[in-house]
Amino acid sequence: MNIYVLVKRTFDTEEKIVISGGKIQEDGAEFIINPYDEYAIEEAIQVRDAKGGKVTVVTIGGEDAEKQLRTALAMGADEAVLINTEDDLDELDQTTAAYILAEYLKDKEADLILAGNVAIDGGTGQIGPRVADLLNINYVTTITDLEINGTDVKIVRDIEGDSEVIETKLPLLVTAQQGLNEPRYPSLPGIMKAKKKPLAELELDDLDIDEDDIELKIETVEVYLPKQKNAGRILAGDVKDQVKELIQLLHSEAKVI
Amino acid sequence: MSKKVLVLGEVREGVIRNVSYESIAAAKQIADGGEIVGLLLGDSVSSLAPNLIAYGADRVVTVEHPHLKSYTSDGYSQAILAVYEKEKPEAIVIGHTSLGKDLSPKISSRLKSGLVSDVTEIEGSGDSALFIRPIYSGKAFEKVKVKEGIVFITIRPNNIAPLEKDASRSGSVESPAVEITNLRTIIKEVIRKTTEGVDLSEAKVVVAGGRGVKSEEGFEPLKELANLLGGAVGASRGACDADYCDYSLQIGQTGKVVTPDLYIAAGISGAIQHLAGMSNSKVIVAINKDPEANIFKVADYGIVGDLFEVIPLMIEEIKALKVGS
Repeated sequence: MNIYVLVKRTFDTEEKIVISGGKIQEDGAEFIINPYDEYAIEEAIQVRDAKGGKVTVVTIGGEDAEKQLRTALAMGADEAVLINTEDDLDELDQTTAAYILAEYLKDKEADLILAGNVAIDGGTGQIGPRVADLLNINYVTTITDLEINGTDVKIVRDIEGDSEVIETKLPLLVTAQQGLNEPRYPSLPGIMKAKKKPLAELELDDLDIDEDDIELKIETVEVYLPKQKNAGRILAGDVKDQVKELIQLLHSEAKVI
Repeated sequence: MSKKVLVLGEVREGVIRNVSYESIAAAKQIADGGEIVGLLLGDSVSSLAPNLIAYGADRVVTVEHPHLKSYTSDGYSQAILAVYEKEKPEAIVIGHTSLGKDLSPKISSRLKSGLVSDVTEIEGSGDSALFIRPIYSGKAFEKVKVKEGIVFITIRPNNIAPLEKDASRSGSVESPAVEITNLRTIIKEVIRKTTEGVDLSEAKVVVAGGRGVKSEEGFEPLKELANLLGGAVGASRGACDADYCDYSLQIGQTGKVVTPDLYIAAGISGAIQHLAGMSNSKVIVAINKDPEANIFKVADYGIVGDLFEVIPLMIEEIKALKVGS
């Protein structure tokens, strides 16, 4: 099986967001593999171990993203590809990121492409379905179970908390939801091996993409932090009285019950 | 300039979802006086058309086909693209639900348009409309504009108020025939896991439990409280990791992001990842034994105490309130 995983380097979930000069400050922040992409990598490794084949992880970004690719290799992926847009593009939106990934993938004859269902930074969840559409292959989002027999695929996907059981066929793109698996931590031998695994770096030229063809459809005009909430009220007294007061407050002051 | 806007009415178990009425309100703002066309897809949905009109649609197009009985991206996109070709709307609004998230990128890819996902607020109207959406799971917001082409947005449930229902409004309902072929996905079954059919993302009240709930059984009083308030049960990652509940209930930076009117956090410490998923709720109640718990920093009302004592008392009080009113 020829398996590809689309990954993104994102802020660690522990990070506080600081804005300066109208932009989110990245200096000093910890970066990780987008948590949903970790499920995708883990699933890809498990499918390869069961069916044979090769797992290639792909990301778009700058040199900094090599670290996350090495982590994916240490988990067990076979090869990594960095599509480095640092010198060519200031910004990407979902349309352009999906276009670049699809241009890379179009002649790879992938049987299975996995991605996280959403990145925890931008949060659009568009890339997976867009790439599948550009490649003209089917896709299934937010999957929690994947079973492959030949080219037959049985999937369970999360739809607003309920589970939908689906049958479809390869080639296919799926996006991972939590509950799909338990992503492994890279082992020490895995980390050592990862250093020797191939990590290719491509630029837009290598994909025959002209940067003038990359046209942003959406423009961010402002980034800001949510309003700070004022400290709330901690109720006091006997628990029974506190609950009585709470229900009264919710009923007559907050008017939510 | 006014715009013609197409709004998808999402039908779930025979009922139009609230987020679709909220979508009409969003569409009105984008339309700036232009026409709002409601769209219903399914095997038998025409009878629901008056609801879209009552909430502000000027007219409704329905596409009925056996292949549209269950949602598939192939079936729905063929139907929507056919209606798009006929209507040529300048904007499209869909709810940012499971269906909307799955479908909208494909439609946008076909239309070669941009797509602003998960909008919580719209500023201005018509051509100068700006769209506000959470990034970093609500730790920050961005304001974006559509540079060119179709204005295509998905809106987050519970954030944009629907228009007042007006049953006296009238409008035409058309049902064009659309060919739908080559579905690559077959839905075998849907396993219901949610309680009482209230959706976590659309719930007006969420009762969420954390590690402090201690067990699967510990969630029972939370469920009872949620049912009593017509709400849904959620959980922190800690509770899911400990196997007290299904991951589909997880609220946080990984997991669902919710903005109910009332969020009751029981036995949740309030890690930054959890706060990202719920801190924009309108009213937050925290119940925790630990007075230093982080959750109290975002709570409007806090009770320092044992949730197994507090929640049953809350249930009692609310029942008394309901009898009294």
